[in-house]
Amino acid sequence: MFSELQLGSSLILISFFAITIVIVDALFQKNKTVGFSYALFGFILTAVASAINLYQAPSLIIPLNSENLITKGMIVFGGYSSFFDILFCMGAILTMFASREYLKREYHEYTEFYSLLIFSVSGMMFIGHANNMLMIFVGIELMSIPFYILAGFIRTNFKSIEASLKYFLLGSFATGFLLYGIAMIYGATGSLGFTEISKSIASGINSTTILVIGIGLIIVGLSFKVAAFPFHQWAPDVYHGSPTIVTGFMSTAGKAAAILAFMIIARNLMPEKIVSGKFNFDTHTLQNIIAWISAGTMLVGNITALVQKNVKRMLAYSSVAHAGYLLMGIVANSQLGWQGITFYATAYLFMQIGAFVIVGLIERGEENNLNIEDYAGLSKSHPMLAAMMAMFMLSLAGIPPMAGFFGKYYLFAAAIKSGFTWLTIVAVIATIISMYFYISLIIQMYFKDRTEKELEIKTGLGLISLIICTIGVLLFGVFPSLLLDLTRQCFQLLG
Amino acid sequence: MFQSVSLEYFLILAAVLFSIGSIGVLTRRNAIIIFMSIELMLNSVNLTLVSFASFLGDSAGMIFVFFVMAVAASEAAVGLAIVLALFRQKQTVNVDEVNIMKW
Amino acid sequence: MLSDFGIVLLFLITGFVFVALGLITAAIIRPHNPNPVKQSTYECGEELISGSPWIKFNIRFYVVALIFLLFDVEIVFLLPWAVVFQQLGWFAFIEMAVFVLILLAGLAYVWAKGDIEWEKPKPYIPSLKDLVVERKQHFAE
Repeated sequence: MFSELQLGSSLILISFFAITIVIVDALFQKNKTVGFSYALFGFILTAVASAINLYQAPSLIIPLNSENLITKGMIVFGGYSSFFDILFCMGAILTMFASREYLKREYHEYTEFYSLLIFSVSGMMFIGHANNMLMIFVGIELMSIPFYILAGFIRTNFKSIEASLKYFLLGSFATGFLLYGIAMIYGATGSLGFTEISKSIASGINSTTILVIGIGLIIVGLSFKVAAFPFHQWAPDVYHGSPTIVTGFMSTAGKAAAILAFMIIARNLMPEKIVSGKFNFDTHTLQNIIAWISAGTMLVGNITALVQKNVKRMLAYSSVAHAGYLLMGIVANSQLGWQGITFYATAYLFMQIGAFVIVGLIERGEENNLNIEDYAGLSKSHPMLAAMMAMFMLSLAGIPPMAGFFGKYYLFAAAIKSGFTWLTIVAVIATIISMYFYISLIIQMYFKDRTEKELEIKTGLGLISLIICTIGVLLFGVFPSLLLDLTRQCFQLLG
Repeated sequence: MFQSVSLEYFLILAAVLFSIGSIGVLTRRNAIIIFMSIELMLNSVNLTLVSFASFLGDSAGMIFVFFVMAVAASEAAVGLAIVLALFRQKQTVNVDEVNIMKW
Repeated sequence: MLSDFGIVLLFLITGFVFVALGLITAAIIRPHNPNPVKQSTYECGEELISGSPWIKFNIRFYVVALIFLLFDVEIVFLLPWAVVFQQLGWFAFIEMAVFVLILLAGLAYVWAKGDIEWEKPKPYIPSLKDLVVERKQHFAE
């Protein structure tokens, strides 16, 4: 067996760097490069530690004889938790490379940006490792609170403050619902640990009413956090108003973490073997509810994205739609579905961050060069950027050789296998709708001429993250089995 | 006969407080008052957790309350800072005036 | 034997009686001769001269209040720790030392950023002439 300390090393490392970067920031206030390199070093070290953990423990370890452990069974190790650790660190690294130039241009380069990134990543990692409602709650809050600040990071821009305020008010409102749901489930099952919760749901409990109320409230809270259909209204405004690189990070890593929390909770609320009898809220009802949420999210997100003129806002709505696709894996409630989520979250991280980095490069000041017309003729002035953007758009739309296609394919296959054919049909329709606005951006870049004068684009370090995103999108598109074998291992213990 | 206050009373009180809080969030327009309503919601959850913990004889719920309190405090700090940034820009705390982005 | 509800009732009654007792005793004992000066709004013994008291005050108050709030709430974690400290021994001590160190890192950050420095504004001492002019304007309105 492995020692607990070794398997928890990624969590310990990220927490250590989160706390110490604050001191580093205090010591080197003038020199921003120190903070930047320290944060980058922290992310890379954490990712390496997680990769070692994943290599050593490719399938999930749920500590059962938890009395001897320091963590008392509140934390799981290896498997998908380590995989998502790497994913979140990857997202943060990509964001950091792109952020340097962006923040300098907006005159808002503070080391706090990097420390807030580390804090939010540590929150996401705690979500991934959670085996207890308390860990999930602390993780979600540790992720959200830095996001509230990051959304309002450019505090001279009123849009940014508006985004921050809206995100904060609705986010903490959702936290209230989530917490109330957790409290109700605690009351009904008598425990906060997921292992005990799913055991007591499977064996039947007395107070079904309290449990049903709890499940309902927790779904409301989580739907807020992932910006799913009836509660998605905050997302476009927040994603539009926040600084572009922050939007890129929030809508990928943040969304993946929220979906991961949803997945972990839903998985434990829907145990496979239910002893019929006292508990009569069967899992199919819950699956159907999530299926409706998923279908609504996909349709609303894509249809509203059709009419947007602003590229950033269009991507924000498309991000809402992608949450709908990801929810399909939770609806499937099978190992295939969870694999699909993992694959799609990875592909989505690369393509969406890449797209937002390019939007951030073309954007100027407050609200300039964000409209779809501003992309006209990009293929002539900056052929590299245009090619990359076209690739990210094709991947987001789900065109075959890209990673986005296989992600969608696995999710759809999982949903069909679990008997949700109607949901897959809705998803395919939504995908076809979405092609219109993704392709129209490509048409704008390649077949229209620019009327105004040429843009001067300084990529700086952002080029590194663009190249990594491109490689990711192509690699997992051409060789999806690389990632798929890994994800199959990740969920092994649960199968 | 020793009659104790049963669990339902605590749960109902918490539910009423939670509803008051959520109605406050939905109807009020002052950012500070919305924020106070959210705090009310969190505290009603604390009441639920403590009463369940006491009813079940399990200390996990009470420990959870400490975490909720700590998180609520940090949320309060961040939230008030955001409201302050808003006030410096627009001289208002009314959320209806914070709508330059339209869907 | 009192039930739980009885205890609550007892607390309610005690609360009411306590407040009422104070008010009634004061009403009986105190002399009653009001005059306009006594009934004016109390602002450090002066009548309002500066218009609305709702002014913006120094932002430092706010920052200090926030820092206080955060460090104050962290105390809730120290309380249960103190209760079980005897049973847990050194492990608990080290754990709490780490916790307090993390808090200290936060304090060090705030300190280094200069947010707990209290820069004193130069006081504006009005001359007697200014006061007289202000007073005259006030009564002219």
